[in-house]
Amino acid sequence: MIGYAAALRLASGIVLLAAVAMLWRRDLRAAVPVLAVQGVALGVVAGTLALHQHDVGLGVTAFLVLIVKGFVVPLLVWRVVRRDPKIRETAPLVNVTASLVAAAVLIVLSFVVSAKITALSPSVATRLVPLGVATILVGYFLLVSRRRAVSQIVGLLLIDNGIALVTFLVTSGVPLIVELGSALDVLLVVVVLQVLVVNLRSRLGTFDLDQLKELHD
Amino acid sequence: MGAADTSITAMGVVASLLQVAAIVIGGPLLLGLMAKVRARVEGRVGAPIHQPLLDLRKQMRKERIHAEHSSAVLIVVPFVFVSTAAVAGAIAPLVTTRPALATSADILVIVYLLLAGSVALALAGLDAGTAFGGMGSSRAMTIGALAEPALLLAVVAMSIQSGTSNVPAIVADTLNHPGWSASPQRLLSLGALIIVVVAETGRIPVDNPSTHLELTMIHEAMTLEYAGPELGLVSLGESMRLGLLLALTVNLFIPWGVAEQTGGLAIPLGLAVLIAKVAMLGVLISLFEVRSAKLRLFQVPELLAGAFVLAMLAIVAGLVTT
Repeated sequence: MIGYAAALRLASGIVLLAAVAMLWRRDLRAAVPVLAVQGVALGVVAGTLALHQHDVGLGVTAFLVLIVKGFVVPLLVWRVVRRDPKIRETAPLVNVTASLVAAAVLIVLSFVVSAKITALSPSVATRLVPLGVATILVGYFLLVSRRRAVSQIVGLLLIDNGIALVTFLVTSGVPLIVELGSALDVLLVVVVLQVLVVNLRSRLGTFDLDQLKELHD
Repeated sequence: MGAADTSITAMGVVASLLQVAAIVIGGPLLLGLMAKVRARVEGRVGAPIHQPLLDLRKQMRKERIHAEHSSAVLIVVPFVFVSTAAVAGAIAPLVTTRPALATSADILVIVYLLLAGSVALALAGLDAGTAFGGMGSSRAMTIGALAEPALLLAVVAMSIQSGTSNVPAIVADTLNHPGWSASPQRLLSLGALIIVVVAETGRIPVDNPSTHLELTMIHEAMTLEYAGPELGLVSLGESMRLGLLLALTVNLFIPWGVAEQTGGLAIPLGLAVLIAKVAMLGVLISLFEVRSAKLRLFQVPELLAGAFVLAMLAIVAGLVTT
């Protein structure tokens, strides 16, 4: 299959690059197109694997991933971002420069950690596992170091996309029903967070989760 | 690999001299072209493209004046600044992959030749003891220190691919493997390299070369104490570095047209293609500059950290694919 390896590498690389771009940009509006690109790249990974293995089920999954993660989820996030009066990540707990350096360290770490996974069955796909693990770690980092509710949603979505990437690369796709379950799960989480954010705003007038320090009736 | 042969051929020497001449004349013309494009996009007519050359001629004819209490550093630095750029230009693969001394053209040699020039200029900024000079030197060194790791990592990513850190050999290898230019690690290190080149040459997101605003200037602050021929030399050195860095970047990623032999029409052809490629990159950069604003000084580290991570990702991509 011509270009199978190249397409897989490029798409997985774009997933990780998008994760780093989320750390780089302060502007929360920029997160939406980056998420969409990441979702589409994830769909391309699954689609390439499906074409390579002539797997119809995986092809359907790829299509679903493309629709849900490439279009539906970014659209939902956009609906949250649109209502936020402050569009910048104003005071992250770790500044952008330091978090980019931390991302570099996390990428190296993921290589060290996933060397054993790759060694179990070295192939074009499993060699790319470090990229998925790095995406997960960058997602966790975003989740713990940013304060705005939108950034937290984005961090969660990064973790989910990273897990999906590793799943595709290692197992060539889990059964459709499992994939469907996890996709709906994420969709539900985004909707719940959206409701939370809207409530947060109407009560406190801010999206900063650090404001939630005391209990009210 | 073309660079494996260590002999210094007559044609190699001719090619090297041609390269130096190309950046000495082409550098100022490139600056003029970029200013012209900028002016046209902004709806002005703009100065002619050869205006920087006319400025140089004017400055060279003026009398030499030195700041009071300045030492020999102020006098020596312009020569160091220009000559390091000229040596780097002579050994780098600009027109041909086989200039004289191609075997010494390791990427570290070229990077540190240019760095020697930057450090010399920073010393000159400190020499006269004025507040602005010292401030400019401190800022330039800060940015330089942040840009260097990104630059070295970006280059390492390319060295992984071709197995050597000799720049002419990397360019020659890329000519023989056209697919390399589109590989993820090349594209990522291209992104990192362009950010670093913009930072090193003091172009717009990092520094604005066309203003002398005290609060923000970096490059201009260091050269405030210069006048006459010495100012001419420093600005010649700056434009040579711009031309050299752009030419090197474009050749590392789009090497087609670089002469692999030193005979016949290959060298004139290489020169013509190089001029076209660098002019196109220059036009692209100035179009970008028109559309963007200078970053706050404290946001520059973010930009350079981004370049660092891009270069890191380039290395990762290299490791994944081999």
